[in-house]
Amino acid sequence: MVRFLLRLAIGSPRALLRFGLVSEQIFNAGAQSLVIIMLSGLFVGMVLGLQGFQLLQRFGSEEALGTATAIGLVKELGPVVTALLFAGRAGTALASEIGLMRATDQLSAMEMMAVDPIQRVVVPRFLGGVISMPLLAAIFSMVGIYGAQLIGVQIMHVDAGSFWSQMRASVGIRDINEGIVKSLIFGVACSLIAVFEGYYAEPTAEGVGRATTRTVVTSAVMTLFLDYLITAMFL
Amino acid sequence: MVRWKTRPPELPKSNESSPCPAGRTLTPKKTLNQNSNIVEIRALNYSVSGRSIFKDLSMNIPRGRVTAVMGPSGTGKTTLLRLITRQVRPDSGSVHVDGTDIETLSRLDMYALRRRMGMLFQNGALLTDLTVFENVAFPLREHTELPERLIRHLVLTKLQAVGLRGAIDLMPAELSGGMSRRVALARAIVMDPELLIYDEPFVGLDPISMGVILRLIRRLNDALGLTSIVVSHDVQEISTVADLVFLLSGGQVVATGTPQQLQSYPSEIVRQFMGGLADGPVPFHYPAPEYFGELLGRDGET
Repeated sequence: MVRFLLRLAIGSPRALLRFGLVSEQIFNAGAQSLVIIMLSGLFVGMVLGLQGFQLLQRFGSEEALGTATAIGLVKELGPVVTALLFAGRAGTALASEIGLMRATDQLSAMEMMAVDPIQRVVVPRFLGGVISMPLLAAIFSMVGIYGAQLIGVQIMHVDAGSFWSQMRASVGIRDINEGIVKSLIFGVACSLIAVFEGYYAEPTAEGVGRATTRTVVTSAVMTLFLDYLITAMFL
Repeated sequence: MVRWKTRPPELPKSNESSPCPAGRTLTPKKTLNQNSNIVEIRALNYSVSGRSIFKDLSMNIPRGRVTAVMGPSGTGKTTLLRLITRQVRPDSGSVHVDGTDIETLSRLDMYALRRRMGMLFQNGALLTDLTVFENVAFPLREHTELPERLIRHLVLTKLQAVGLRGAIDLMPAELSGGMSRRVALARAIVMDPELLIYDEPFVGLDPISMGVILRLIRRLNDALGLTSIVVSHDVQEISTVADLVFLLSGGQVVATGTPQQLQSYPSEIVRQFMGGLADGPVPFHYPAPEYFGELLGRDGET
């Protein structure tokens, strides 16, 4: 897989020159995941608002709800849940699409037309995933914070001024950087696993199915493992 | 003049040797350079998962002819095409294409060589996210910087040749199997290759399409001076277009000659294949326990 990643890295600058192919994949992996990401972000934020309010109320510090939800979302839940959702929606689509291209000889046909399938098919999809992930994580966190505000401020009547001002005062650039680094690394990991599994899938219906399953399982475990490592690094 | 995006293909000189394996005879239909072979295979061995597909296979495919590769199912006809195009590598032996040992070529050099080849896959292998027009235009867009008008002209010309000019806006999923293969043929010839390889081009075609494709294979070969290699089971159809036939069985060439020569070839296996007979050296049945015994459950518990 390291050699495969190297080939993708070497091919990436050239693929960026044909940005049309990459932007098409940003649309497929990113824009088409927006609804699921925004809905999930909203519900996760609302749950955080409810749970956070219940917990903070015990200590009489409901005003800190904005800070708690924002830090939780930006540093942790945003990147991690986005990566898990990405693996389930875009990752499986990537793996099965490339796997089916292999099974139906489309990749062999490209080889026969002297077109490198890694450069033409795999690299744009990989880059599309890597670029989409931080954007999706940012949108997830933003919508999540709105969901927490909806519950905390609109329903539980936490003071709106305290909610927003404490959030602004407590969430620093380091927290945001941690979220960005995590989502970038998760983007590389999830996209790499998806295109790798698809490219080396056994060219049968069963093989493509197995590759798709492996994509989700490996991406989820890898996301959680990397999350631990990066969190420890930022402490 | 075509402006290449990447390195244009080099034209290595072909080597000189006999067009047919030793001991075989060929009556040429037309005057050709007898010593000019576009593909030469020498002592090739290839196996998959321990099962030997080719054993010491040697054959020469002459330039400028339509050469058919025939044989019973599972004899490795498609594998042979994949070996010629280096989609798979042999265990030992050599494959020379236009005088070059393809094993020695770098990936870029192999790509340069493949730009001079066209291949029609058994299932068409069209790119499913592109329209018919974009599929045929794909090699032109990837390898040349031709103006859009010229690309359109070339694509329409090739699609007209296969009778599908009216289908340019259709997606591959909207095509029948036969139509897919005709589009794939248009794509295979759009770069005007020197060597055109057909993998089972007649499967699933209606008689009209089959007739068109047969005539097209012959016409392309003669008018453009191509070399065509056709893998097929269809004895009658292939006999009408092939100049030379190789019959494979058991991992080796068992007979070579013109279709007419093969019809009267003094060999049981050739007679069985050309006549479509169930009884003969090539077993129709896959090895299995005794039939009635198995039906009555004598040897098994099931």
